[in-house]
Amino acid sequence: MPAAAISVHGLRKSYGEYEALREISFEIAEGEVFGLLGPNGAGKTTTIEILEGYRSRDAGEVTVLGFDPERAGSAFRERIGVVLQQSQLWPTLTVTETHRMFAGYYDRPRDADEVIKLVGLEEKRDARVKTLSGGQKRRLDLGVALVGDPDLVFLDEPTTGFDPAARRAAWELIRSLRSLGKTILLTTHYLDEAEQLADRVAVLREGRIIREGTPAELTGGTNETEVRYRQDGHEVVVRTTEPTRLLQELTAAALAEGREVEGLQVRRPTLEDVYLSLTADEKG
Amino acid sequence: MRLYRHQLKWEQLVFWRSRESAVFVFLFPLLLFTLLTAVYNGQIYGHPASWALLAGMLGYGAATTAFAGLALILVARREMGILKRIRSTPLPPATYLVAVLTSIMVVFALQAASLFVLGKLLKSTPWPHHVLSLVLSLALGAAAFAALGLALTGFIRSLEGSSAVVNIIVLPTAFLSGSFGSVAHYPKVLRAIGDVLPLKYLVDLINGIYLNGQEIWDKPRAVAVLAAWGILGMAVAIRKFRWEPREG
Repeated sequence: MPAAAISVHGLRKSYGEYEALREISFEIAEGEVFGLLGPNGAGKTTTIEILEGYRSRDAGEVTVLGFDPERAGSAFRERIGVVLQQSQLWPTLTVTETHRMFAGYYDRPRDADEVIKLVGLEEKRDARVKTLSGGQKRRLDLGVALVGDPDLVFLDEPTTGFDPAARRAAWELIRSLRSLGKTILLTTHYLDEAEQLADRVAVLREGRIIREGTPAELTGGTNETEVRYRQDGHEVVVRTTEPTRLLQELTAAALAEGREVEGLQVRRPTLEDVYLSLTADEKG
Repeated sequence: MRLYRHQLKWEQLVFWRSRESAVFVFLFPLLLFTLLTAVYNGQIYGHPASWALLAGMLGYGAATTAFAGLALILVARREMGILKRIRSTPLPPATYLVAVLTSIMVVFALQAASLFVLGKLLKSTPWPHHVLSLVLSLALGAAAFAALGLALTGFIRSLEGSSAVVNIIVLPTAFLSGSFGSVAHYPKVLRAIGDVLPLKYLVDLINGIYLNGQEIWDKPRAVAVLAAWGILGMAVAIRKFRWEPREG
């Protein structure tokens, strides 16, 4: 296994009485894409902002690229790229100017034009930032995060508010970063996004990691299969650990009566189902 | 140093590219000077009114540019998340802030020079004699107001209210401090309020140098009061300045 880019042990953080993080631990290997998943208020942004060096922690050990982010300075920031959940850039500068301004902060920046091409803004290179669409602004955010040629990229909800086409374009972009060997930590509340992009996922709820693993492990953790069909005009949904037997019974009965099983669907649970069942527990 | 020069260059580009800052921050004192000199024709402090108004407008310019302009620019950047974003780069925060402060001082220097040219063109106001004293006084005044502007950002919570907060401070201050003419005939209470405000001392300093042929060292009290306000501003700024927008 390659060296850990990020390692977190026993991390705690409270805001006054409110415990935002209650002892979380995880490791992210170099070159890995790691997804932090969870509902709003679960502690995703608190976690990522501690790793970025914005927030102090109350307890625990945190190492990012060999640095303690709470005390790290410029040498650490040379190697990270940050896309914040919400941020804007100077509306009156152009795309190229914005990239050049940020490139000047780094010792070994990437060529601004190259980065603009990478994030797909070539046609907008001379456009003022205020004239860009929401999706284009987000790509600009990403370009600015990449212009210092970071080893590690933090993406806090990179596609929130995107239409489906823009989201797919962003996914392609994040995959291309991964092929450049960058380590990526992304937070998202879109399950398909985590499933599509992340090598490993941690599900956060109320400041704790309640499940961690590859998307396949998480969905494989439950061995129930969902079978849906229509009967007398009503949809029937059955979750079973014995899908073979259930299907055999269903189809045998239908065959015997000489009819079709209407609307038959058999599917393995998606990450979404697992996530919903995990996050629904809190109400119990 | 390379980072400082890089940032100063971009600060200037960002400032002049934005029509709001270029018009409201840079041109406003010039516009006000034009209007006031068109209205007042008599004498103030025993000199043609335009001379005294030029001196007053230099003080007002320091307050509106270095204090109000700086505060509005920084609150906007904070609430837009630009300051937070900058913090994630290797640019040291102190380098960034010093570049931002220098940039606004450059704007004020150009504004002050433009006021003299405008005065010459419109009302044949004289060029200043004690240039060094004048430059030092304006630099001290602008630096003190910039420090106070930096401190003020800590008390402005949102972008929406920022311009109202800033104006309610700057306009009465300028009025009470003699930027728009002599305060000699103001009621005692109003003069007493003016007497504790930093702008009053900057206007006194400029009046002394520009109108009465004094040097900066002839007014040690005004210099001390301005410096004290600057230090107070810096002390508050260190405690109150925030890089991150308010959580929404």
